[in-house]
Amino acid sequence: MLSRTASTLYWMARYVERAENTARILDVTYRMSLLPKAAKFSDQEWFAPLNITGTLYPFSGRYSTVTARDVMHFMALDPANPSSIFSCAKAARESARAVRGNITSEMWEVINSTWLELQHVTEARLSGERALAFFDWVKDRSHLFRGVTVGTALKDGAFYFNRLGTFLERADNTARILDVKYHVLLPSVEDVGGAVDYYQWAAVLRSVSSFEAYRKVYRDVITPVKVAELLILRQDMPRSLHACMDEAYEIFQMIATRYSGEALRRAGELHAALHFGRMDVIFDHGLHEYLTDFLGRLTELGSEVDRSFFNVAYA
Amino acid sequence: MSFDSYYNEMYLADGSVRSHYRPLAEWIAGTPAEHIQQLRQAAHLLFHRVGITFAVYGEEAGAERLIPFDILPHIIPAAEWRDIANGLRQRAKALNAFLHDIYHDQEILKAGKVPSERVLENKQYRPEMAGIDLPGGIYAHIAGIDLVRAGAGEYYVLEDNLRTPSGVSYMLENRKMMMRLVPELFARQSIAPVEHYPDMLLENLRSVAPNGVENPTVVLLTPGQFNSAYFEHAFLAQQMGIELVEGADLLIRDDTVYMRTTAGPQRVDVIYRRIDDDFIDPQAFRPDSMLGVPGLVNAYRTGRVTLANAIGTGVADDKSIYPYVPEMIRFYLAEEPLLNNVPTYQLRLEQDLAYVLEHLAELVVKEVHGSGGYGMLIGPASTEHERAAYRQRILDAPDKFIAQPTLSLSTCPIFVEQGIAPRHIDLRPFVLSGKQVMMVPGGLTRVALREGSLVVNSSQGGGTKDTWIVEN
Repeated sequence: MLSRTASTLYWMARYVERAENTARILDVTYRMSLLPKAAKFSDQEWFAPLNITGTLYPFSGRYSTVTARDVMHFMALDPANPSSIFSCAKAARESARAVRGNITSEMWEVINSTWLELQHVTEARLSGERALAFFDWVKDRSHLFRGVTVGTALKDGAFYFNRLGTFLERADNTARILDVKYHVLLPSVEDVGGAVDYYQWAAVLRSVSSFEAYRKVYRDVITPVKVAELLILRQDMPRSLHACMDEAYEIFQMIATRYSGEALRRAGELHAALHFGRMDVIFDHGLHEYLTDFLGRLTELGSEVDRSFFNVAYA
Repeated sequence: MSFDSYYNEMYLADGSVRSHYRPLAEWIAGTPAEHIQQLRQAAHLLFHRVGITFAVYGEEAGAERLIPFDILPHIIPAAEWRDIANGLRQRAKALNAFLHDIYHDQEILKAGKVPSERVLENKQYRPEMAGIDLPGGIYAHIAGIDLVRAGAGEYYVLEDNLRTPSGVSYMLENRKMMMRLVPELFARQSIAPVEHYPDMLLENLRSVAPNGVENPTVVLLTPGQFNSAYFEHAFLAQQMGIELVEGADLLIRDDTVYMRTTAGPQRVDVIYRRIDDDFIDPQAFRPDSMLGVPGLVNAYRTGRVTLANAIGTGVADDKSIYPYVPEMIRFYLAEEPLLNNVPTYQLRLEQDLAYVLEHLAELVVKEVHGSGGYGMLIGPASTEHERAAYRQRILDAPDKFIAQPTLSLSTCPIFVEQGIAPRHIDLRPFVLSGKQVMMVPGGLTRVALREGSLVVNSSQGGGTKDTWIVEN
């Protein structure tokens, strides 16, 4: 398939997934912000979404204080923020338009009508209980896009590049969401293992739609190690790093060309580390450090995808 | 000015309905007005959701608009269409023969039927094409030939579009929309299908592949998503199941064209190009073009790739050549033209110029190289001031203009807020030339939405309608 088309399909899927995950990040932060805390910590959790998406710097250039309202606006609707939900939906729509001929009409219509509808979303939709409904809407549109993709698209190269974008972006975002907890401080050291700690971990689970799965799998109280295990190593958990790399590695095998050996090797390495990884080792290393390292390696894999498929230097 | 003076496609002078419009008239009479309003809104919403848009130049980058769609079809009886189709076939053959001739032996120039300087000094004449043999001798693989009806209903060819004619996607989408909105109408009349156009086009393109290529790879070359017709490019590529490529996706090696794929370079045999000559190869034509493929014209000249349409077709659809098309038909085919040309005054000729300057208020004056409805003077609709300004432009460079009588274009009813009202229309059938000349019945009907307006171009506020060829 055409390199430009493959690249555009891959990025289209990444933007859709990123919009969904930005909604999830805001969702978890919002839920955490509702937990009881001392006045001096007011709004402190709103640094977390900026930290984990690496957008604190552009944010501080545009807003003077870190408040719920401003962060939500910046990450949901601000056209100047390239990873806002608004910008992602726009980029996804532009990508889809550029590859109209390689996606089904149904896929195009989902992306196009999401974009059209988003034009009418104002800041009022981000206040109070309406915020959660807005995040749900974003997630629904993303679910719909993937459902329509799997339900209508021919399983050819176009499909695989689209799916590769989905899973690499999702792995990236699950790692970042899990890292939110690192960035949100507890009121005091004594609170470790306490009620607030518990609710924060529960909020992380909820934000990746894994609360019920946790109960089912562990039938136990919520502990940090098990939450991390569910979202990193569990193969049967659809948003876990392991599950994402399972899918991605399989796709790399399907789309392999004589130029893509290094991409396949790196994907295999990342996959094997998750497949044979152990939780105690990860925690000995430090969860935050582990996630930071994982994100770095995922970025390298992304660059290799570009070299292997999109900007191939033909011999 | 009363509309009664125009040929009305639907009604006879006594107000009764022409027989081929009767089932439609009965449907309108039997359908509540609100329901029809709902259908119009549904059509608008559907077109928007599907994203059938065209980009508008001069507005914010990437601005997109819908072309207004009217749900009342333009209906032509099948017997009438057969005559039109024969005329179109004849015209396409003669134009292709002309293009082959002027890039080879120039018999028609030697015979003095067309003035040499009109051809050889024309900016659209491409000396690069001289002596190059094309598969099947075909230059204009896809021609959009604009027809209008005037006077008592005679058809005239208004212009030939032989470069990169667009609009066929609207023909196809309009039909899809009609079948979705008013399926009952298709049960009442036998309406000729048009949906096979993409198959026909693909077959046509494959039939002109370079000699010896067994299973040709065809691609559609687009200037990109900010081009006004991008929707159509993407649509046709998808319908034909071929790659939609941009200039940067192609590379030339050893005079062979390849596209960059994830699995390496893949050979390309036929390029359905929707980029103008000027922009197609910065090495051959405009060096500042970012859209084209460096080296493409050289590869083309070696015969290792087919371009559709060929380079250099613009010389045959130029308005200064148009008056000679009937002569071409007689010269190459030894037949009398089946379709009328509009009588045309060439202002480079002294007696024509004098006549036109005397009668500016009655005539339509056009720039020889203009298109898209830009830069013309419609005499009867112009002010004295406009005519004075235009007269000066003509006097400055008379050979840049032609003039034609203002045709009283036929009208067809459209739906407006108050009910139905007549508006002027034209028809662009798409004629495909390859191993044989083919077309789907009908074409794209364009309609001037403003009351009294004669300009149907979408860039000038025109809309479209579905076109039905019906068996009586």
